[in-house]
Amino acid sequence: MANILHIVVCAGIVPDPLQTLEPITGPSGPGLKNEMVLPAVLDPWAACALYEAANLAAKNPGSKLWLVSLGPKAKLQQVMMTVAQKVPFELVPIDGPIGGFPDAHSTAAVLAESIAALPDLDRAKLLLFGGWESATRGAGVTLQLVGERLGITDHFQGVDEISLREDGSFEVLERVEGGKHQVSVCVGTPAVLGWATGNLAEPRNNPQVGMANMRTIMPALAKAKAAKLDSNSLSYVSVSLPKQQRETHVVKDLTPDQIAAELIEWIGAE
Amino acid sequence: MSSVDQPEVSQIDRPSMEVDIACVGFGPATGGFLTTLTKAWNENSADPAFESRVTPGMPLQVLCYERADDISSGVSGVVTRGQAIRSSFPALNPAEIPMAVPVSSERVMYLLDPIGASRRSALLRLADFFLRLGGKLVGMRDYAFTLPWTPAFLNKHGGLVLGIGQFNQWVGSQLMASGLVQIWPGTPVSAPLISGKKVEGVRLADQGVDKSGAPIDGFMAGMDVRAQLTVVGDGPVGAVGQAIDNKLGLPPGHAHREWALGMKFVIELPEDSPLKPGTVWHSFGFPEPEIFGFLYVHPERLVSVGIFVPSWMHDPSRTAYRYLQHYIQHPALWKHLKDGTLRSWGAKSLEESGKHGEPYLCGDGYARIGEGSGSTNMLTGSGVDEAWATGTQLGVAVIELLRAGKPFTQENLAATYEARRRASWVEHGAKEAENARNGFQNGIVKGMIGMALAGLTHGKLSISAHIPLPHKQLRPFATNSYDALKLKDATKMAIADGRSFHDALLTLRGWPEIPFDGRLLVTQQDALLMGGKVQAVPGFADHVVFRNPQLCIACGEKTCVAMCSGQAITQGEDGVPNFEREKCVYCGACLWNCGQSPDGEHSNIEFRAGSGGLHSAEN
Repeated sequence: MANILHIVVCAGIVPDPLQTLEPITGPSGPGLKNEMVLPAVLDPWAACALYEAANLAAKNPGSKLWLVSLGPKAKLQQVMMTVAQKVPFELVPIDGPIGGFPDAHSTAAVLAESIAALPDLDRAKLLLFGGWESATRGAGVTLQLVGERLGITDHFQGVDEISLREDGSFEVLERVEGGKHQVSVCVGTPAVLGWATGNLAEPRNNPQVGMANMRTIMPALAKAKAAKLDSNSLSYVSVSLPKQQRETHVVKDLTPDQIAAELIEWIGAE
Repeated sequence: MSSVDQPEVSQIDRPSMEVDIACVGFGPATGGFLTTLTKAWNENSADPAFESRVTPGMPLQVLCYERADDISSGVSGVVTRGQAIRSSFPALNPAEIPMAVPVSSERVMYLLDPIGASRRSALLRLADFFLRLGGKLVGMRDYAFTLPWTPAFLNKHGGLVLGIGQFNQWVGSQLMASGLVQIWPGTPVSAPLISGKKVEGVRLADQGVDKSGAPIDGFMAGMDVRAQLTVVGDGPVGAVGQAIDNKLGLPPGHAHREWALGMKFVIELPEDSPLKPGTVWHSFGFPEPEIFGFLYVHPERLVSVGIFVPSWMHDPSRTAYRYLQHYIQHPALWKHLKDGTLRSWGAKSLEESGKHGEPYLCGDGYARIGEGSGSTNMLTGSGVDEAWATGTQLGVAVIELLRAGKPFTQENLAATYEARRRASWVEHGAKEAENARNGFQNGIVKGMIGMALAGLTHGKLSISAHIPLPHKQLRPFATNSYDALKLKDATKMAIADGRSFHDALLTLRGWPEIPFDGRLLVTQQDALLMGGKVQAVPGFADHVVFRNPQLCIACGEKTCVAMCSGQAITQGEDGVPNFEREKCVYCGACLWNCGQSPDGEHSNIEFRAGSGGLHSAEN
């Protein structure tokens, strides 16, 4: 027997990681150079959560799927023209700022308030989805804070799989050290699931899905609630970049073992 | 009902839907069209003219499909007079558009060759000699002679410097905010739906297919989008425009004969750069006499620097990336650029036939706008504003027809859209430019004289010339000649040390090796990963197809390999080039850089609809 689920996916939008992202320190703190020039995409971790959520909703008829996203309305709209072609969902847009290092507490408060205000949401059936990590410069704790604000006590992080059982309980695979998974069984909803990559490929662009989504997305964007984040709650002690290095050269006629040995030597020298 | 043939999948039940207006390609022309439409709708959304014919009770269903995976992935640094754009946005504030700025100064430079490797005629060498002799007395500096004035026909003063990617993004966000228009990126259109002579919509590309287009796991047949009006704005190498040309023909005597590949870098200037935003330089003479160049300064110390390699550069080793690296190292430019950082690069084909390549502008159920409709003015070197203007002209025409309740027939579109276009400055300019570049078929000097004649006499005088089809413009390597030896040597070099074919060709022709610095001078493969990376969404068929492999095997020039902007086409061991979709920036240069023809009309390379391409916003 299928379970009826109310799945809410929290997904921010982030500067497209395929672009050149150059960190700078501006008047309001650390940020990215020319950030407004860059196109935005749905946070890739949260995008995995969205695809998993859509898959789950499709397997459980009667379920509902909301996508809650905070960002400048114009950027949200642009991102939705791609995301909306992937899977069916109902958008809950929040017109707010992006950029810099947003305060997770402030962001979580806005998201939780919007979720709590969803008129058709049955919190007893709620699965709160999001990304395990974040491609934004957030602290990666926003999802947990949203869950806490909504009073949800069962939290799972680094999730790669969820299997629903007929009695409403579900099994969750969470990533742990050593490339293994921790298996947990939860008695039922509500729960918070921070997704790793999951197991699903990115769905193909489907124009019919896009057209259907847009019937609700455009009116939702037009009515998007404005939100202001507390920008004074954070101070920056230090900001550093991870070291990255590229060395490219063309090799011919090397065996995979030889290439592997060269890579190990290169990594070892670093 | 018949659609343009798709060899990969022909007999499949396809999903379909009906819309009022389907647009193909989102660029300046479609931007102008949709802006005109949405402005009228915003003024009075209750206007019954804007009620959908296919979904009664709803507003017009207007959809636009774009191949690139983001509407900001347009590739072009542009200087434009911007009169049509400003007409659509009377209160335009360039500061609201990233990378946009008013033109502040303009110059034209003739660049001498400080290396001695370029293919200069004796006449040009003589001119260079006298210029060198005159030195600073005649205005020579850094191997460059600046013309004392910018000819009026080239002058863009009062215009705008733009990054097309950013401009498209700015326009697109306003359009989508209107609620009338949906723009779908990442959605290539494979073909028009043609019945008789009527275009009845478009077919989206199949997904879940192998390289040849055969269905594999996850196959999703491309949807048939049936439309009252199909607006074709997919540029010069777009699949829909090409298919309409092939199926319905071109006006007598017209053909797409003249092309150029534009390739450019976006470079961040050093902090102490004296170049002011809005600075515009045009150049000619280097790295080869046939190659024109440009430098446009954007705000935030960004500069677009690029070259145009034309189809009338008959040499089969014509290439772009390596030439562009030599171009930016010319002393007149390098002194400003040498401490800069490469942020992105891009390339696109330009249709330079003008009126000679103009297709039928409209027919039953469709209209052509923008560059693919022959709107680019090759005398003024301007295309964006003209494209925008054609889009607005169609927009006004469509509103008129909607209000009159008239269908989108050839007759009605000709009386409204085509008539407006013919009476406009776009047409007047196109006529002046019609024969301005003919002389280039006979060399750079005759070309420049012809261009000056046409420019100074508003097209009354020009040089006549026969312009062959592109595949016939390539001068083959003579057997056993010096050039043939270079070709063989380059092949050996490319295979021996893994370098690209065009790179090897230029080295063997005496061009110095590029001193890579990892910051501004990087390999072409590294450039593919800078700025925005190249995208190829899995599950689509190859969009570059070699029609007759036997012709490739017999081909001695392999210009498609030398010219490929992304090194996506490489030497194949069996003589048929390899194509890697993952590297293709969708410039379309291969379409007109093939010296073979299976039918005497088309080249041996077919350029179909594909997904992805260059994915860079700083363009």
